[in-house]
Amino acid sequence: MSWFKKRIYPEYWQAYEAHFKQATNNHINSVRFVVFDTETTGLDIKEDRILSIGNVAILNNSIHVIDQLECYLKQDLFKAETVKIHGLLKEGSLKKISEEEAIILFLAHIKDAVLVAHHAAFDVAIINKALRRLGLPKLKNKVLDTGVLFQKTKLDTSKMHFSLDSLSERFNIPQHDRHTASGDAYITALLFLKIIPILKQSNKNLDLKDLLRSNQRIGLL
Amino acid sequence: MNTIALRISDFLKNHPPFSMLQTEQLLAISQAVEVHYIEKGQIVFETETPVKDQFYIVKDGAIGLYRNNHSNLVDECDEGDIFGLRALMRQGTYQLSAMAMEESILYSISANLLTEYITVNQKASTFLLQTFVSNSNFNTTDSFIDGAIKNAADMPDFNEELSASYSKNPIHCSPETSIQEAAKTMTLKRVGSIIITQNKKPIGIITDKDLRVKIATGTVSIDKPVTEIMSAPVITYPKNISVAEAQIAMLQHKITHLCITEDGSNQSELKGVLSEHDIIVVRENNASVLVKEIKRANTTKELQLIIQKTQQLLNRYIAQELPIRYITSINSAIINSLTNKIIEFAISKMVTAPPVPFAWLAIGSQGRQEQLLLTDQDNCLVFEDVSPELHQQTQDYFLLLAKEITIQLNQVGFEFCPANMMGSNPKWCLSVSQWQAQFKRWITKPDQDNLMLCTIFFDFERVYGDSDMVDQLSDSIFKSIDSYEIFLNYLGLNALQNPPPLSFFRNFLVEDSGEHKDQFDIKARAIMPLVDAARLLILSKEIKAHNSTIARYTKLAELEPQNSDLYFACIEAFKNLLYFRTQQGLLHEDSGRYINLQTLSKANKLELKSAFKAVKAIQELIQVRFKLSQLM
Repeated sequence: MSWFKKRIYPEYWQAYEAHFKQATNNHINSVRFVVFDTETTGLDIKEDRILSIGNVAILNNSIHVIDQLECYLKQDLFKAETVKIHGLLKEGSLKKISEEEAIILFLAHIKDAVLVAHHAAFDVAIINKALRRLGLPKLKNKVLDTGVLFQKTKLDTSKMHFSLDSLSERFNIPQHDRHTASGDAYITALLFLKIIPILKQSNKNLDLKDLLRSNQRIGLL
Repeated sequence: MNTIALRISDFLKNHPPFSMLQTEQLLAISQAVEVHYIEKGQIVFETETPVKDQFYIVKDGAIGLYRNNHSNLVDECDEGDIFGLRALMRQGTYQLSAMAMEESILYSISANLLTEYITVNQKASTFLLQTFVSNSNFNTTDSFIDGAIKNAADMPDFNEELSASYSKNPIHCSPETSIQEAAKTMTLKRVGSIIITQNKKPIGIITDKDLRVKIATGTVSIDKPVTEIMSAPVITYPKNISVAEAQIAMLQHKITHLCITEDGSNQSELKGVLSEHDIIVVRENNASVLVKEIKRANTTKELQLIIQKTQQLLNRYIAQELPIRYITSINSAIINSLTNKIIEFAISKMVTAPPVPFAWLAIGSQGRQEQLLLTDQDNCLVFEDVSPELHQQTQDYFLLLAKEITIQLNQVGFEFCPANMMGSNPKWCLSVSQWQAQFKRWITKPDQDNLMLCTIFFDFERVYGDSDMVDQLSDSIFKSIDSYEIFLNYLGLNALQNPPPLSFFRNFLVEDSGEHKDQFDIKARAIMPLVDAARLLILSKEIKAHNSTIARYTKLAELEPQNSDLYFACIEAFKNLLYFRTQQGLLHEDSGRYINLQTLSKANKLELKSAFKAVKAIQELIQVRFKLSQLM
């Protein structure tokens, strides 16, 4: 009968899951957003591994620098060719933790926040992959993609995807610490803060549901 | 690890007061920063709304602070500026509103971090107090303290290490003494301060200023006990305090008296009082040595060396932040006795003695005793009236003498005046009645050129010779003005020609052409407006023998107590500007007139900004008083 028995997850996952019991809040000013970014050994979700995670929270339209997470992971997989992007050496001087420790910290930090990332699908997928390696389910959080949010502004419809570089240039965001997880998370957070007021211009009562609504569906309506 | 906080601290560490904090303190603050994005036109806070528990620093963009519904722009804050702090200290509701003038990124810092890290740091809190004042209407603090403290420590000065000599028998009284009795004691003993002691320990001090501010104004009654108005606690030091230490202590605490106690704490027996005056006496000894050397000198070569020593002395004084009025008066004293010596040399070179009495006058900034750097010579000569047939030969004699004087002045280091405003010019070497006629002509025909001449020649100071003649000149100016009062209006218009910039935000006023493009003309835009305003106001009161701008404003404050705040603010602004110009001049080895804005620190900008406010206020007063808006 054991296959019917509900699987017992570790305590940290239970604690994480417990945050989702409350009903979702849709007000942009009171919902907690966690903007995050991962640096990885590459772009293959199956093979590549997370090297670092950077989170920073947004509450009531401001970035709360204290509410952040920055961690570096020990990984056996090492790809010399991506070092030039993220600058993380296999044996660097940074204090590194195991993937499980990183996931524990990550879940404890995000709680039920709405996750925000640029091209979020990749970051979420690679985190989910890591969760799976630990025998855990996927992330339960709602996710926003700043790339998609930018599409919603219709400021530039020339293409579907805009890199973080091109958007930060367009929005005048200085590119400090680009290609570090925390640095990119901060740039993405500023980008998020700058996109929201533009969306509010066309929708005074903008709420979380509007942000989450897929762009394609708007097209069909 | 917190990369974001590190990046924020990288920004904050370049801006005071954060630059004054230790790395760990700064990092702790940076970690707790909240980052806000404000769109153009968006309100950060609104007047009359409750004060939020935080203050702001502009990271990027610009925030305008407004009074009355965004109509009246009071201040502009750009990168590194702090706002919302005063409201935080005062609590209650915001008195100004803050609106983004362009899209901006702000950092906010909560009130408890302010108390935890910033106000406990003395330098940082001094700075914040200064910002406070500079954001208010007038700056009443002495400034540039920061650099001075740093420099004073490593400046060699044979006097500095000496123990300061203080009054060993300080006048004191008990806490129960009435204010009137204390004032009587002070008058009887001819002292400017009295210490209030309890069990021989100093608990407070009353100075002349307290009597002026708290008693003469009627705020406190004279039969109250001294404890009502005393400043407490007193700042105490041990007996072996050095001159430099004492000076720094006074600057730091913005006080003029230190109490000397047995063990240096305020819990031990009072041993003496050290006043600012005691320090000045030590300083002036230094200068008096130079004056004595001048008196003994026999050649211009020797005088040249003395000039160099004077420059060195001034450099030290500036770096040590001595009150500007002492520096300028010491400098004037030296230059005056040097000029006297040169005139004596020149007379002895003449074949005959002067045919009639004459006087040598310094004009312009030298006349106002506001010269700190070696600038051009500006001077003129007046001689007693002679019969018409003797006039030409008398003038020729004095022209020859003046020529000799100016050449020798040039030899010791004072460049010839490029505009030839010197006694050796026949236009400026005249008899008393010729000068009087000339003044009258300028006053009754106040065109641009004549007004310019008035602003230079009306600030004359006798350096050598007959003082009666000089008085006659002053009298004739007032007489001419009396009969042609509209002259003052013209002079007023002239004084308003250079409005000060509001701030150093991107739209700062810079000279738009010529060699000094992108530089700020501190003389034309800030110093001269204050000088011009003081001259105008003092002329309108018919007061002579007050030539220096500081003396003029001090006199005006005395005559118009209702405006004394403004006049004192002008004095502070003027002192700061003069200091600043001199510092810049010493730094770049030039006149210090043109300042490269890029080289200014945030603290310097704040200093200048508050000076501009005083300039603006005095110009407004002139505009109203002389009804100039109709003429403009």
